Amino acid sequence: MAQENNNKQMSEKEAKKKEMILFLSNSEEKESFLSKQNLKLLSDPLNDDNPITVQVLGICSALAITVQLQAAVVMSLAVMVVMAFSNMIISLMRNLIPSRIRIIVQLVIVAALVILVDQVLKAFLYDLSKQLSVFVGLIITNCIVMGRLEAFALGNGVYKSFLDGIGNAAGYGVILIIVAFFRELLGSGKLWGIEVLGHKGATMADSTGLYALGYENNGLMLLAPMALIIVGLVIWVQRSRNRKLIEEA
Amino acid sequence: MQEYLNLFVRSIFIENMIFAYFLGMCSYLAVSKTVKTAVGLGAAVIFVLAITVPINFLMDQYLLKPGALSWLGEEFANVDLSFLSFIMFIAVIASMVQLVEMIVEKFAPALYGALGIFLPLIAVNCAILGGSLFMQQKDFSGIGAAATYGLGSGIGWFLAILAIAAIREKIAYSNVPAPLKGLGITFIITGLMAIGFMSFMGIKLDGQEESEAVELETSSVEKIESKENNSTEQTLSFTDNTKLNK
Repeated sequence: MAQENNNKQMSEKEAKKKEMILFLSNSEEKESFLSKQNLKLLSDPLNDDNPITVQVLGICSALAITVQLQAAVVMSLAVMVVMAFSNMIISLMRNLIPSRIRIIVQLVIVAALVILVDQVLKAFLYDLSKQLSVFVGLIITNCIVMGRLEAFALGNGVYKSFLDGIGNAAGYGVILIIVAFFRELLGSGKLWGIEVLGHKGATMADSTGLYALGYENNGLMLLAPMALIIVGLVIWVQRSRNRKLIEEA
Repeated sequence: MQEYLNLFVRSIFIENMIFAYFLGMCSYLAVSKTVKTAVGLGAAVIFVLAITVPINFLMDQYLLKPGALSWLGEEFANVDLSFLSFIMFIAVIASMVQLVEMIVEKFAPALYGALGIFLPLIAVNCAILGGSLFMQQKDFSGIGAAATYGLGSGIGWFLAILAIAAIREKIAYSNVPAPLKGLGITFIITGLMAIGFMSFMGIKLDGQEESEAVELETSSVEKIESKENNSTEQTLSFTDNTKLNK
C-alpha cells in the first residue's frame, strides 16, 4: 500500500515536472487557438459524443424545462456558463486538489457558479427564473457538469477544458432546443411565445391560420412523458444516421 | 396522521421523482441494466433522501430562511441567507453521504458490500438535491412532514428504478430496431410508464375522505399494473410481487 502511494506520488511529481516543462516551453501557445484538435473538442459533443444521447449525462433538467423554447435556450446558456467556468477553474486547480476530497471541491465550485447564475437570472429575467424554479439549482448535480470535470478538466489544460465545457454544453443545448421546438410547436402552436400556426379563438370562426381549418393543439406534448419519448425518437434518428453509435446489447 | 399519510402517498405516486420530475434520471438510466444493482441503488437513495431532507429542513428553518436567525437575537431577525441554500444543501448532502458510508461500513458490512459503489454516486444524484429543493419550496409545517416527504420520494424512486430494470432485463430478448436498442427504447418505455403514472394525478387526497382515497389509490395501482402486464407480459408481475410483499 505504502509503495503504491509512493509510486503514485512519484508519478504525480513526474507529471508536475512535465507540466512545468510544457508550461515553460509554452507549447500550448504554439498551438493556434482554434487548431484542428481544439475544434474537435467543440464539434465532437454535437454529434458523435453528445452528452445526452451518447454519454447519457444531464438528462434530468433536459426533460423538465423543454415545454417552451425560450426556457430551453436560457437553460442551455446557464449550463454553458457554469460548465465553461467550472471546467476552467478545476483545470487551474487540478494539481492542488487531493483526489480524496475532489468531489466536494468540485461541488462547492459548481455550487458557487450556479448561485451566481441564479442571482443574475432572478435580477434580469425574473419570470423565466420562476419558471425554471428548482432546475437552475439542479445544475449543481447535473451529471454533465460533474462528468466533464471528472473526465476532462482534471487531466487537461485550462484552455482545452474551457473549450470542452463550451462544446459539451452546446451539445446539451442542441438536444434541449430540438425537444423544446417540437414540444412548443405541437403542444401550444407557438415558437418563442409567438403564435406561428395562427390564432386560436373561442370558435372555429374566430380563429385564423391552421386553427380555422379545424387544427387542434396536441395537449399531450405539454406533459412530461412526451419529452422522454421525443428524446427517444431523437436518439433513434441520430443512431440510424450514425451507425457506429448503435449499442450491441 | 392523515396529513402525513396524504403526503406519503402523494410523494410516492403523484409526485414521483422520476415520472413526474425526471430527477435522478442519469443514474436511473445507467444503473438499471439488472434488477440486482437497481435494488442496491434504490435502497441507497431511500436511505439518503430520508436522512438529508429532514436535516436540510432544519438548516432551512434555523439558518437560511428570511428571519430564520432570529433565535440568535433581535439584530439578526432581518438577515436573509436563502441565496446560500444551494451550497449549504449540497454540502450537507455530500458530507452526509460520506458519513453514512462510514457508518454503514463500520456497523453493517454486509449492507456496505451490497450498496458499495452506489453510496458515493448518490452525492451527485439530482433526486437527492431535488428532494431538498422541493422541500424548501413546499414550506412544510414541521420536521415530521419533511421526513415523510423524503422517505416517500425515496420509495417512489426505488419503485421506478425497480420497474424499469425488470423491463430492461426482459426486453433484451425482444427484437428492437438496431438504432433504438439500449438507450432509445429505455427512454420510450420510461415515457410510456410516466403516462401510466399520470393517471394518479386525478386522485384527490383530502383529509376527510382519507381512507377512501387511499383505497382508491391501491386499487388503481393494481389496475395500472395489470394494464402494463398485458403489454409487457410477465415483466411487471415481478414488481407486483415485491409490492405485495411490502
